[in-house]
Amino acid sequence: MQKITREQLIEKASALLADGTVKQVLGWAKGEFDYDITPAVFESAEELNANFVWSDFCGANFSKYLVSKTRKCDGKILVFLKPCDTYSFNQLLTEHRFDREKVYAVGIPCEGMADIAKIKEICADGIASIDCEGDALKVHTLYDDEPVCVPAADVLAERCVNCKSKKHVAYDELLGEEGEVLDSARFDEVAKLEAMTPDERFAFWQGELSRCIRCNACRNVCPACTCEKCVFDNPNSGVENKSPANSFEEKMFHIIRAFHVAGRCTDCGECSRVCPQHIPLHLLNRKFIKDIDNFYGEYQAGAEEGSRAPLVDYTTEDIEPGEVFDRRDTDA
Amino acid sequence: MQRIGVFVCWCGTNIAGTVDVKAVAEALKNEPGVIVSTDYQYMCSQSGQQMIKDAIAEHKLTGIVVCSCSPRMHETTFRKTAASAGINPYMVEIANIREQCSWVHKDMPIGTEKAIILGKAAVAKVNLNAPLTPGESPVTKRALVIGGGIAGIQTALDIADAGFPVDIVEKKPTIGGKMAQLDKTFPTLDCAACILTPKMVDVAQNDKIRIFSYSEVTDVKGFVGNFDVTIRKHARYVKEDVCTGCGACIEKCPMKKVPNEFNLGMDNRTAIYIPFAQATPKVATIDPNYCNMLKNGKCGLCAKVCAAGAIDYTQKDEFIEEKYGAIVVATGFNPISMEKFDEYAYSQSKDVITSLEFERLTNAAGPTAGKLLRPSDGKHPHTIVFVQCVGSRCEACAEKGKEYCSKICCMYTAKHAMLTRDKYPDTDVYVFYIDVRTPGKNFDEFYRRAVEEYGVHYIKGMVGKVTPEGDKLKVQASDLLLNKQLHIDADLVVLAAAIEPDKSARPLATLLTASMDTNDFFTEAHPKLRPVESPTAGVFLSGACQGPKDIPETVSQAGAAASKVIGLLAKDKLTGNPCVAHSDEMMCNGCSSCERVCPYGAITYNDKEFRMPDRTTLIRRVASVNPAVCQGCGACTVACPSGAMDLHGFASSQIMAEVDAICK
Repeated sequence: MQKITREQLIEKASALLADGTVKQVLGWAKGEFDYDITPAVFESAEELNANFVWSDFCGANFSKYLVSKTRKCDGKILVFLKPCDTYSFNQLLTEHRFDREKVYAVGIPCEGMADIAKIKEICADGIASIDCEGDALKVHTLYDDEPVCVPAADVLAERCVNCKSKKHVAYDELLGEEGEVLDSARFDEVAKLEAMTPDERFAFWQGELSRCIRCNACRNVCPACTCEKCVFDNPNSGVENKSPANSFEEKMFHIIRAFHVAGRCTDCGECSRVCPQHIPLHLLNRKFIKDIDNFYGEYQAGAEEGSRAPLVDYTTEDIEPGEVFDRRDTDA
Repeated sequence: MQRIGVFVCWCGTNIAGTVDVKAVAEALKNEPGVIVSTDYQYMCSQSGQQMIKDAIAEHKLTGIVVCSCSPRMHETTFRKTAASAGINPYMVEIANIREQCSWVHKDMPIGTEKAIILGKAAVAKVNLNAPLTPGESPVTKRALVIGGGIAGIQTALDIADAGFPVDIVEKKPTIGGKMAQLDKTFPTLDCAACILTPKMVDVAQNDKIRIFSYSEVTDVKGFVGNFDVTIRKHARYVKEDVCTGCGACIEKCPMKKVPNEFNLGMDNRTAIYIPFAQATPKVATIDPNYCNMLKNGKCGLCAKVCAAGAIDYTQKDEFIEEKYGAIVVATGFNPISMEKFDEYAYSQSKDVITSLEFERLTNAAGPTAGKLLRPSDGKHPHTIVFVQCVGSRCEACAEKGKEYCSKICCMYTAKHAMLTRDKYPDTDVYVFYIDVRTPGKNFDEFYRRAVEEYGVHYIKGMVGKVTPEGDKLKVQASDLLLNKQLHIDADLVVLAAAIEPDKSARPLATLLTASMDTNDFFTEAHPKLRPVESPTAGVFLSGACQGPKDIPETVSQAGAAASKVIGLLAKDKLTGNPCVAHSDEMMCNGCSSCERVCPYGAITYNDKEFRMPDRTTLIRRVASVNPAVCQGCGACTVACPSGAMDLHGFASSQIMAEVDAICK
C-alpha cells in the first residue's frame, strides 16, 4: 500500500491549479480495469476528483510526457514523480528535451508498484476489481464471492523488488518523506546471463525475443526514446520498420534500441512493464549499465542533471579504447 | 546512378605479386554502376593518370574507384586527376589493396578475393558519393613552439628568421632544456653551454620571438592555420619585466636547503632562484613549495632587498589566449627513473649515478665545480664503471625498461669515458655494453679513440649486480667474449639510463589530437617522407619528442620543422576539408550528445523556429556545426541518437553500403 493518499495528491494538485501555479496536471486515470491505469492530463479539481487514481498500479513514468505536453501547454504543468521517475526527469533535462521552467515537479514517495502478471498467476482469471488498502491487495474476481488477499510484497514488479532508489533526485516540492538510494541486487540477473555459455545465452534471448510482436510499446514508453524522428520510423536510416522474415528477426530492433539508449537509460523499467509479451527487456539495458560501470566507473544516468555520461563525453583524460577492452576480462 | 570507372593498379609486383589484378578488374565489372574496369602497372604514373582522364571523357564517368595503395599515398593524386578531367575530386574512392591486402597476404587466391571485396566496398560507396566543395580558411601568421630546449630554440630561430612571429612556451623558468645541463658534446667536444647559450641569447634578443617561460599549454582549439591556444603562465611571484636578474634576493633568501633540480638534486638552491647563470629569461622565480613567505607569510626578505621592486607575493597564474597558425611540439625527453633497477643499487648508494648526473659532476657550473668527486664522500674516484643500455633494448623486461634503443648513450658514454681518462689518467674506466652503436659522422672514430688512445676498457656484457660494501661498489658482471665472470671494486658506477618522452607529452598529444606510439613518442605523418609533420594538420615535431635523437639530429630536424611551418605560414589561405559533419535540423533533438563528444568544440546550439504541419510554430534547440573547426572525426555521428548528425563523404549510409558490400 502507498503511504501517500490519493486525497493528498488531489489536494496538492487542486491547490496548485487554483492559485494558477500550474495549468495542467499529469496524473493517472483508471482505464478499462483497476490494474489498467493510464496517464492523463487534468485541468480542474472536478476532473481530478472524478478520474484521478493513485494505487499500486500507478507505475507509469510521466517524465517522457513532458516533452510533448510542455510544447502544447502555455502554462506550467504539474507532474507527479516517483523516485525512479525523477532519474528519467533529470536525464531528459540533461538532454534539453523540455523546458524546466514549464514544469512544476512534485516528488511523491513510492512503496513499490504491483505487477498484474504476478497477481494473475495467483488468482484465477476474471479480475473484477482490486482494492489496494493495507499490506494486502484484495482481488475480487468473477468466480469468487470473497476477495482473494494477495500480500503486496509478493506481487511487487521486478523493478520494485530491485528498487535502486527511494530518493528523489529532482523536484520542486516533495510530499511525504524522502528516502535513500538503495543497494539493489539489480545486476544479479545480468550476472546469471553473463555466466551462461554463448550458446545458452543465445538460446535464452532467442526464446525471449522471438515472442516480440513488435508493437513498439517499449520504445513508445521509454523516456530515453524521445527522438524527434526515431530511426525506426525513418526510411533513410536503413533500419526502418519491415515485416520480419522470421520470429527472431526483431532481436535487431531490440539490440539497436539497447545501443541507442546505452548510457542514457536510467533503468526505470518501463520497457518491461509495458511489454505485452513479458519480455525482460530491462536485462539488455542493465547489461549496458553494468558494463559502463565496469569499464568507465560507476555512472547512474539521471542521478545528476547535466552529468556527462561516459559514452558521450570527451575529455583529455579519456583512456585509450584498448585499455577499456582489457578491462573486459578483468572486471566483467 | 553513377557511371563508375574502376582502375586496378599493379604497383609493379607490390600488388600484382599477391593479387591477380586482372581477375579483380574483371570481377568488379559486374558491380552496380561500373561502366569500365581495367588494370595498369602504375596507376599513379603519368600514363596511368592519363588512362583515367581518357576513360572519364570516353565513358562520361561520374565516379572513380582506384584499387591501389593507401589513400594516404595517392588519394590526392587521383583526386587531382579527376578534377583535371572535369569531375568532382570527392567522387574518387581508393580501395587500399596494397597495405591492407597484398602486403599482408602471401597467398594469391586469398589476396585476390580480398582485393575484390575491398573494390566492391569502394564501388558501393561511390554509388552514394556526392560532389563536395571545400571551403577556405585564413592563416594566422604566428607559430607556437612548445618546449624551449635546443629543438624548440632552433625551430623558433629559423621561423623568426623567415619573418614570422613565434612564441616559445617552456614549462621550466628558463629555456635551454637538457642541453644546458650537459658538459661537453660529442663528437667534437665543444662545451654545451658555449654553443647553446649564444642561441639562447639570440632567442632573447629576437624581436619576433616571445618566451613564455614557467608556462604550459592548457587548451588547444581550432585547426591548422587557426589554432586558439590557452597558455597558463605560472605565478613566479617575481615581475618578469621588472626583475634585473641581479641575484641579491638569492643571496639573502634564508631557505637554502631546496634540492637543486638543475643539478639533479646533487646540491641545494634557495627558495627564490635563477636556475643557472645564463638562464633566459634571467629572472628569479620563487618556489612556492619552499618559500616561507608564501607558505606561512613569515619572511619577505627578498622583497626587502630587491632594489627593482620586482617581488610580488600576490601574483596569480595568468592565462594567455593567443591565435597561432602552426604548432611545433618540442617537448623533449627525460632519463627514465632508476627505481625499478635496484640491481644497480641506485637507491642504495649515492655513488651510483645516472649519466646526466655525471654530466653535472663534470660541469664547471655543477655541484663540484667540474671536479669529478664521489657524491658520497667527495673523494676522487679511481675505478669507474659505466653501464650501458640501462632500461634500453629491454625486450624481456618491457615492464621495467624500454624496448627501443635510446641511441645517444653509446656516444655520450664514450665521451664520458674518454674525458675521464683524459683529465684523470690515474683512473681505470670500464664500459659494459651490449653493442656499441656509432653510426653518424665521425662517431665511430670518436669511439675508437676512447678505446685505442685513451685506454678505456670496453667489455661486452652486462652488469648483473652492484653491491655497496664499505666505500666500494662491488660490481659483478660477465664478459661475454671471454665467457667469464668479472668482479670489479668500483668507486663510482654510472648508469646510461634509457630516455623517454617527457611526461607532459601524452596530455599534450590529447590536446592537439596528435597521435603517439606505444612509447609516447609523437608519431610522424610518414616515417620516411614526412618525418617532421604529425598526422594532425598544422602540428609539427621537433627533437626527441618524436624519438631518441642526438644534438646534430635534433637541430637538423628542428630546422626541417621550421621550414614546414614557414611553408604553411607563407600561405594566405588554406583549403579546408569538405568531409565535415552536418546536422539535419528536422531530426535534431538538441540533446547535446554531439557537442559533448566533439574534441574540437565545433558544435554549437541555437534555438530555431520550425513551422509545424498544423501551421503552428515550434522553437526547438538544434545543433549546428562550424565546418571550419570540424575535423571530420565522426564522433558526433556515432553519438547522435536519431541519426541527425552525418558526415559529408563518410555518411552512415555510405559506410553501411560498404559493410553490406563486404558482407554480401
